[in-house]
Amino acid sequence: MSAMKNMVAWIDDRFPLTKVWNEHLAQYYAPKNFNFWYFMGSLAMLVLVNQILTGVWLAMMYKPDATLAFGSVEYIMRDVDWGWLIRYMHSTGASAFFIVIYLHMFRGLIYGSYRKPRELLWLIGVVIYVVMMATAFMGYLLPWGQMSYWGAQVIINLFSAVPVVGEELGVWIRGDYVISDVTLNRFFALHFLLPFLLAAIVFIHIVALHKVGSNNPDGIEIKKGPKGNRWSDTAPADGIPFHPYYSVKDIVGVAGFLFLFAAVIFYWPEMGGYFLEHPNFEPANPLKTPEHIAPVWYFTPFYAILRAVPSMAGSAFPGVIAMFASIIMFFLLPWLDRSPVKSIRYKGPIFKAWIAIFVVVFLVLGWLGTQPATPGKTLLAQICTALYFAFFLLMPIYSKMDKTKPVPERVTK
Amino acid sequence: MKKLIVAFLLAATPLLGLASGGVHLDDADIDLTDQASLQRGARLFVNYCLSCHSAKYQRFNRTARDLGLTDQEVKENLMFVADKIGDTMTIAMPPADAGEWFGTAPPDLSVIARARGSDWLYTYLRSFYLDDSRPFGVNNVVFKDVGMPNVLWKLQGLQKAVFTEHEGQQVFEKFEQVSPGSMSPEEFDGAMRDLTAFLTYVGEPIQVERRAMGKWVLLFIAIFFVLAYLLKKEYWKDVH
Repeated sequence: MSAMKNMVAWIDDRFPLTKVWNEHLAQYYAPKNFNFWYFMGSLAMLVLVNQILTGVWLAMMYKPDATLAFGSVEYIMRDVDWGWLIRYMHSTGASAFFIVIYLHMFRGLIYGSYRKPRELLWLIGVVIYVVMMATAFMGYLLPWGQMSYWGAQVIINLFSAVPVVGEELGVWIRGDYVISDVTLNRFFALHFLLPFLLAAIVFIHIVALHKVGSNNPDGIEIKKGPKGNRWSDTAPADGIPFHPYYSVKDIVGVAGFLFLFAAVIFYWPEMGGYFLEHPNFEPANPLKTPEHIAPVWYFTPFYAILRAVPSMAGSAFPGVIAMFASIIMFFLLPWLDRSPVKSIRYKGPIFKAWIAIFVVVFLVLGWLGTQPATPGKTLLAQICTALYFAFFLLMPIYSKMDKTKPVPERVTK
Repeated sequence: MKKLIVAFLLAATPLLGLASGGVHLDDADIDLTDQASLQRGARLFVNYCLSCHSAKYQRFNRTARDLGLTDQEVKENLMFVADKIGDTMTIAMPPADAGEWFGTAPPDLSVIARARGSDWLYTYLRSFYLDDSRPFGVNNVVFKDVGMPNVLWKLQGLQKAVFTEHEGQQVFEKFEQVSPGSMSPEEFDGAMRDLTAFLTYVGEPIQVERRAMGKWVLLFIAIFFVLAYLLKKEYWKDVH
């Protein structure tokens, strides 16, 4: 034990080991009233680690070559020891990442975690989300199935819809006039790189979080409340040390998550064609366009918004703008909410109704994005798109006029 | 709000089911743990499919192991062209020639069951009907104007399809047997069930083992969950 202490002391003289441990874990005081929604942050990190580890191992056996890629995935599935497990952990992990992140973002939305002083924390989070989408998009090309190929074709063509420079931009991204071996190679390179960038931004996200402190389901600033708890006289009275309290609690969350994750991997790896799409078991064929092209489920709400906006003057550009704008809305959120309270618990009926509308609209758009367009569905997508934007753009008005409840001084259970 | 979400999800579920569309598919009702069925399916596959279609990611020795056969049995009964037991199920027909003969090169069948689904395969294999307008004299209800001839006609016999007019469209109603095959309709359905089972197995050889492993993994995690929960409870008992 004393040898251990000596070693820590030796390191502490040269590197702030104990200081970092205390500041970020043992003496980082988090509100004691975290609920279910607060598991998602740690789970997102777990999934990121899962993606990086399984991804590196897949990269040892995968061939980023248009003639070999599809076969190398089947080689991993059949001939590599436990290759099927590594592949399913990676493919299921991609969907799990988005599920966890959507729940994480929803938590921020209902408890006002984007409000002052956490605006920058939220912005960094949205950047993570955008980088994640880019990573997932590039990764989806790699199995080189029909949906990989044509999905990438459709999305890259969006950039070609930009006036004047569009054509050039499309060629620049693909490195070719169509999706080809060149595109596959560069997507593989970037798909390998971006997760490490993602890990770096996650680190910054946590640094920002620990500067301002965690929000909580009551939306109360515990740092502004009374001081003094069992561990420290200067720490917030409603705070408890992250370690061991939340470290042991997060392990429960991890176990619960792993149960569901393993259930999908071992019993429903295709998840009815949503996690692994059926047409992607046909090798990419540039000469055969599938009857129906749809992106993977986590992109479909934005894809539905894209298709909902009609072409103007023969250009799909307005739809492209709408799609990107729908993501930019998240960046604006901290300044759109003018409610005097943070948490949904003390917000009034108007805000609650809008949150409910937003959730329904997001899910309906997600479903519509998987469906072939019909006039009826397009109309529904247009209504949902209007409501999607209304949720954000009308927020300065309705959040202000809403009747809020008084916020208690201390956190509740 | 939670109620609203649940209500919405329930309302959307039937809509998801409609996404498949098209012709009604018969339930393949296969059993991948039935090795005799898979063995019969493998025999049909190498006899009737594996001259035009490859399964180039599937190895013979893997097939032997998974189907409960010895390497020798596979060599004698399933390998006509390949000579090494570790070879994959490839064919000698050049794709370019195949494209010329059939209009399109017959696809590799390694993962066809994952692309199309077992029910689709089972229905497709039984849905060829006489159609003079097609190059090989047959068409298929599930896959309209398919380039593939009905290679199983000797087993199944010949059948014609009865269509009815419905809202200006030809809707398939039923098949009528024109001449009998060497198998009765029930025998033929059973044979196609075996073939579908084999193709489904080939689509993902690990799947039976994967599911068998799953329950132990879940049991392990469930126990871990209980222990983690008790640990959390112990730590948290002084937090109010």
